[in-house]
Formats: sequence, structure tokens, C-alpha cells
Amino acid sequence: MPGKLTKRPRFTTCPTVSDPAPLRRTPLHAVHVEMGTRMVPFAGWDMPVQYTGIVDEHKAVRQSVGVFDISHMGQFIVSGPGAEAFLNRVLTNNITKLQPGQGQYTLLLNGLGGVIDDLIAYRTSEREFYLVVNASRIDADWAHLETQLNKDDEVLMANASDFTAGLAIQGPKAREVAAAVFGNAASFPEHNTILVTMTDNGPMWLCGTGYTGEEGFEFFMPMETAEAWFRKIVDAVKAAGGMPCGLGARDTLRLEMGYPLNGNDLSEARTPLQAGLGFFVDLDKGDFTGRKALVAQKAAGLPDKLAAFRMAGAAPPPRPHYPVAFESQIISEVCSGTQSPSLGVGIGMAYVPLSAATPGSILEIEIRGRRFPAEVVKKPFYRKPSV
Amino acid sequence: MSNVPSPLRYRESHEWIDPTQSPSPVGITDHAQAELTDVVFVDPPKVGAQVTAGQQVCVIESVKAASDIYAPVAGEIVAVNEALTSDPGLLNRDPYSSGWIFKIKPSNPAEFDALMDAEAYGRHIA
Repeated sequence: MPGKLTKRPRFTTCPTVSDPAPLRRTPLHAVHVEMGTRMVPFAGWDMPVQYTGIVDEHKAVRQSVGVFDISHMGQFIVSGPGAEAFLNRVLTNNITKLQPGQGQYTLLLNGLGGVIDDLIAYRTSEREFYLVVNASRIDADWAHLETQLNKDDEVLMANASDFTAGLAIQGPKAREVAAAVFGNAASFPEHNTILVTMTDNGPMWLCGTGYTGEEGFEFFMPMETAEAWFRKIVDAVKAAGGMPCGLGARDTLRLEMGYPLNGNDLSEARTPLQAGLGFFVDLDKGDFTGRKALVAQKAAGLPDKLAAFRMAGAAPPPRPHYPVAFESQIISEVCSGTQSPSLGVGIGMAYVPLSAATPGSILEIEIRGRRFPAEVVKKPFYRKPSV
Repeated sequence: MSNVPSPLRYRESHEWIDPTQSPSPVGITDHAQAELTDVVFVDPPKVGAQVTAGQQVCVIESVKAASDIYAPVAGEIVAVNEALTSDPGLLNRDPYSSGWIFKIKPSNPAEFDALMDAEAYGRHIA
């Protein structure tokens, strides 16, 4: 439903009746407020949605570089002689393939194959793993992992989420920013690698990952050190022609790549096969939680699949929960949807029956009672222009 | 600071109307466009529609959200700004002039007095 254009339309920082818990603040909250940033509740946190504007921030990441506060994300350290076997038993990807210093995208499933969370698992040493999980799922992930742990597992789990801050530096000039900020103290983490560096202030984790489709890295650190790092990185980012970026741009950037957002596109009601994430599921590595359900689903055929669509012609942007029709029948609803700042058209994703999921199929998105055509397309929506 | 031109009249929901012109153009204020940022689509009202003061008449969409626009006074919608179809960013760049959304022929000009003047609206958004 469209809302009223009031003084601060949707960006209230006050807890609402349905969400009585006070919002948590990252160690950079005061800096964001000082910068005049617009804040928004997200996953129980009071987070920056935009500093200057979503489109400007989005373009900065595509063309130069942006820095995001990702301190809300969770970090688990899983170690011990049994850590590898335990994680391989609860995560979908094959963790034994990781050498120390390497990471992989992977999923945590319930017994029915539903997605509890999607995360990155890094092997920091032979017997130690660093998991970066979604803010909204920290408690659910932790509780689930505890239920999966056996007494004789020889595994130690530590939840570092409350003590860890994080920054994502993303864009073609991320390397330049890393060089300016770290000098010779740390090298640039290549794609899907992790560098753990000890400093006088404790460890820093530099991860060659991101959620934008651009080159870049995610940088986790003890929260007391976050403000100094953030100020230094913002200066370096601005010097490189970029800007600090909020969750608004983070969402449009990830959706242009077709990356799923847990809660929108992933849930415990659907499997990673339905979400199109089969590449990150190794059914041949041995048993893991949810495997039986996935094997059965594969044999029976998927009931539906997450399809990417773009609006055909002038239309309002598709938004989450808008009804989706195929051959005149309402069949589904939009999971993620927005206006793509790079493409200038509405883009989105929805679970649809396989008959409607092939590229070229025409869906209709119902917006305020009117239906607008949308074409099913291959992901990603956005491809970097070749230089 | 937001620009609040003095001849205009304002609604609490951040629409402006120009009572010195007939029919009167209606748009959103500089403050509103700054709050919304990056308008990407305008769903215009129907020309010929009879509307009442405070009636929701159209929707504008930014990247982040859809927002309702209300008629400041009763009357007939006599024109919509076609330029916004191809360039909705006019609402951000020029909210009081080329970014007008629709024109209304007021059925009761006395309703202008119920709207805020620039000074009152300036206090409203302060």
C-alpha cells in the first residue's frame, strides 16, 4: 500500500507497536548521525539507509567506490579438531575444499531443506572457520547450530557478533582505497579469500567478498576500533571519487546482480534448489542437514523456482508482496523488487511455477490494481560494460 | 535549507498549489522531494476527474517507496504534466516549476484559505 507523504515518510527510527524491542546501534551510529545520515530500522538495528541519495550512492559503487557500515552482520568462530566435519554436516557447500585463507558462499538448512540462512564460511586455519551470517538470523543460526552439535564433536563455537564491527568497501576503486588506508600493513584480499592480520588493537579480518557485484572487500574488526577506521576509509573513498553508502544502495546493487536477500527471497519454506542456488549445494559430499529433503525434491521435481523479471515498458517499480500473474491467474507475489538505477527499469524476483520461469515468459505484476507486463530474464540483471 | 516560495499555498502532506494561476498547478515541495530523493515514476491522475480537497489523486514513486499525493483543493483535474513520464527527475530538480504534477480548476477558491502560507509551512517543516 502506498503510504502518506509525511514529514519523514517511511524512515522512522522509533520502535513501532509491532516491534517493541529497542533498535540496536552499530559503533558508527554517532558518526552517521553527525553526517546527517537518514536512518531506518533493519533487522532490529538502526541503520543508515542513505547518506546523500540511493541513486548517487549506487552509481558511486558501480563507477568508483563506496563504503558501507555492515556492523550489524554476525560472526561466528568455529574451531577445534571436529570443526571441519561439523560444518560439512550442517552447511550445503563442501567445506573440505577450502584451503586456509579461502572462503565460500554456503547455506544453513533445516531438516526439511528450508533455508535458515545464507552465509560465507572462511577457513582461517586448518582447524578454525570464520562464518559471516545475516544480522536478522544471528540468533536463529546460533540456536540451530547448537542443536546440531553432538557431545563428542570436539568443536568450540564462539559468537563474536556483539564485539565485531564491519565495513564493506566496494567498487572498481576499492583496491586504491585499500592501498591508501592499509599501506604495506595488509595486502588486498583477492576474491573469496580471507586475510587475518593481528594489530595492536586486536585482529582484523579482510575478506574478498561483497554484495554488489563489484570488486571489493569486507573488513571486520573489534568494535572499539571501528570509528577510527570508518573515518579514515570515508576520507580515502571520497579522495577516490566515491562516497559512504547506505542500505538503500546496498539493496539495489545486490538485486541488479540477482543476489538473494534472506527474508525476501530466502526462507525456511523453500529450498536452495528452488532459489536457484544449487551451485552452492554439494549433494555428493556425504550427509548434511536437509540433504534428504533436497534429494527427494530433486527426484519429484521442483514445485516452483525463483525467477528474475524486468518490467517491459513504462511501469511503476515492482515492490515486495505485489501480486504476480501468469496467463491471467495470480500465481505468486514479488519477493524483491526495485527500480534498477543502472538500467532505469523495474526489476524483481518471484517464485513461479517452472512453466513460467523460463527466460522470455511474460508475467504480470499487479500494482495498485493495474497489471503491468514483465519479462522473465536471466540473472544477473546488470552486467558490467566491457572496457 | 528547503526553498518555500511565498505566493504558493501548502498542505501538511507537502503538496503546493499556486492560487495565482488558473487553472492552478500542483506539485510537491522542495522539502518533500529532498525527503523522497530520486523520483523514478509518476502515476498521474486522470484528466477530467472531479476530486475533493484531501482526496488521494496520484502516486509518485522513489527508488525506496511509493507516496500518495493529495488534492489541495476540490475541483476538476484539467491537465497532467506529460514531461514527467519520460523525466520523473524533474520533480527533484525543479519541484516548483517544470516539476508540476497536475493542474486543477478549483470549484471553490475559498478553500485556498484553509491551506498554509509559506511562513506556516516553513514552520511545519522546521
